[in-house]
Amino acid sequence: MTSYIIRRLLQIIPTVFVALSFLFFIFFALPGDPAQLIAGGAERSVEPGVLERINERYGLGDPILVQFKDYWQRTIQWDLGESFLNRRSVNEILGERAVASIRLAIWALIIEVLVGLSVGLLSAIRRYSWSDRFTTIVTAVASAIPVFVLGFVLQWLFAVKPNQWDWPEWARLRTSGIGPDSWTLFFIPTGEQWRYLILPAITLASVTTALLARMTRGSMLEVLRSDYMRTARAKGLRERDVVIRHGLRNAMLPVVTLIGLDFGTAIGAAVLTETTFSWPGLGSQIVTSVNDRDLPVLLGLTLAVVLAYAFVNLIVDISYAWFDPRIRLGKGEQA
Amino acid sequence: MTLTEQTAPGRIEAGAEPTDVADLGAARPLRADVWRRFKRNRLAMLGLGFIILLTLVAIFAPLIAPYGITERSSGHFREGPSLDHWFGTDAIGRDVFSRVVYGARVSLRIGFLATLIALVVGLILGATAGFFGGATDSLIMRFTDVFLAIPYIILAVSIATVVGRSENSIILILGLTGWLFVTRIVRASFLGLRRLEYVEAATALGFSRPRIMFRHILPNALQPIIVYGTIAIGAVILSEAALSFVGVGPQEPIPAWGAMVAQAGGGSLASAPHMLFFPAAAICLTVLAFVFVGDGLRDSLDPKLK
Repeated sequence: MTSYIIRRLLQIIPTVFVALSFLFFIFFALPGDPAQLIAGGAERSVEPGVLERINERYGLGDPILVQFKDYWQRTIQWDLGESFLNRRSVNEILGERAVASIRLAIWALIIEVLVGLSVGLLSAIRRYSWSDRFTTIVTAVASAIPVFVLGFVLQWLFAVKPNQWDWPEWARLRTSGIGPDSWTLFFIPTGEQWRYLILPAITLASVTTALLARMTRGSMLEVLRSDYMRTARAKGLRERDVVIRHGLRNAMLPVVTLIGLDFGTAIGAAVLTETTFSWPGLGSQIVTSVNDRDLPVLLGLTLAVVLAYAFVNLIVDISYAWFDPRIRLGKGEQA
Repeated sequence: MTLTEQTAPGRIEAGAEPTDVADLGAARPLRADVWRRFKRNRLAMLGLGFIILLTLVAIFAPLIAPYGITERSSGHFREGPSLDHWFGTDAIGRDVFSRVVYGARVSLRIGFLATLIALVVGLILGATAGFFGGATDSLIMRFTDVFLAIPYIILAVSIATVVGRSENSIILILGLTGWLFVTRIVRASFLGLRRLEYVEAATALGFSRPRIMFRHILPNALQPIIVYGTIAIGAVILSEAALSFVGVGPQEPIPAWGAMVAQAGGGSLASAPHMLFFPAAAICLTVLAFVFVGDGLRDSLDPKLK
């Protein structure tokens, strides 16, 4: 087990290296002079002296391979450089933005697991009931609604309309921004904060919740048919224990795979949610940086996201062993 | 992954019919069978109907749309639906209905072409990896792993910024990022199929490797690819909308649905929610239609799967 984890950790290194190098070269090898961008955009004409000074300050005049080497030398020491745009340290931006993203993600995850698991479970137990049909349709529709559309519709319904319809003050939510940014215990909103948090959290959770519910349903249906469920009932266990302890745990294996695979989807959803709600997290910053061609910020934040992605996948693989003790990690190659 | 592993053996039995000489007599009933099962799926038929309708709308857009995509009616800003403007007008007085109609062209063209690129690249790489195995296989799969390690949207947004923001670059980006999953699916099928007797027979007959790969194995690996391809068109349209939304899609005045939704945000939400609803509904219905057709295809191609 330990050796498996270590080997997987080592595998992350080349993957992250190649992925980031690819992004690095994309931004340098293709048309578009970064110095020109720092000076104010591709279309604007700049005095020649300005470009030279920029090139010198950021080392952009060096051959690309030298820059590449410098970049990795700094990155290995976790020095992510400073923003082209406002010269703020990327590490600082990352710290600030990551916290906002994680807070949002925690709430989205809570919603996803609570709603997705219970809805999937209920659908499976009451198969073909009207609530099951309803769930099936809702989950299909939910996965076809773009995140940003849902975000705007929720904003319109719960933040814009309540003002026009004169709803009581407590029922009015906010359209965008992070609000007073007041939290306790890191992630529990205090004061007015919840008005800003609810809508983006629901929006972010929507896609993955639908997927989780659908997957749990399918997986549970399979499990419910199996012999050990009959055995568990036959030996007189309470129905709740049968379903939760014998059923759900076994049904979790494919579901966990899906949660891992969907982390990529979740990142995409986070980028869109944060943009829709102007939530100051990693996702909205990445979009801004791409539009500004703020390469150090973009590469720094991407590094963080890619690392997080790799670790989530690792944790998913390890959790297989917990859900299904028959799986021995590290013995033989996993597909 | 699991889908293909389950599907592949199912196909092998069907593949046991005469493989080399195309037996049209046997092929036609099979296709009719699939169509018969597909017809019974109401949602899938509904989806197919919508896609056909949408395609017609896209083709005859100039005849259907009452206004041009840049035509402004002065003084009518952010006006709600009326007889003159069925879907209302946007912030600078353009007719939303006309723009949604023309937007169908953008979305469908991007959806079909990008999926085509993804399928071609994915087929070649996946077939190569699965057929040759060994070092070629691990090289190609490592390569896809690296790209899968970059969250999709970041990859797409980065490339879009660099290669420019136009319809063609979006097609290229979505195609070149979409092949990753196709490669995996094709590889999985090929891994299973290449050990079968008919491949051995073809090899013994001295056929070239490309011929064996694409004439003998591919037809038997086609099912999951067709299903994935259909769903992928919907997914590509969804991604295109997302990229347009964050501003890296086709640029103004091209009416991309995602960009239209983005324009509806902020202040317009309160005064002109119709700017949000119509393009948003267009995106949702289109994506849903492709998902339904894909699901229907999967069930009717392989009834055992259900």
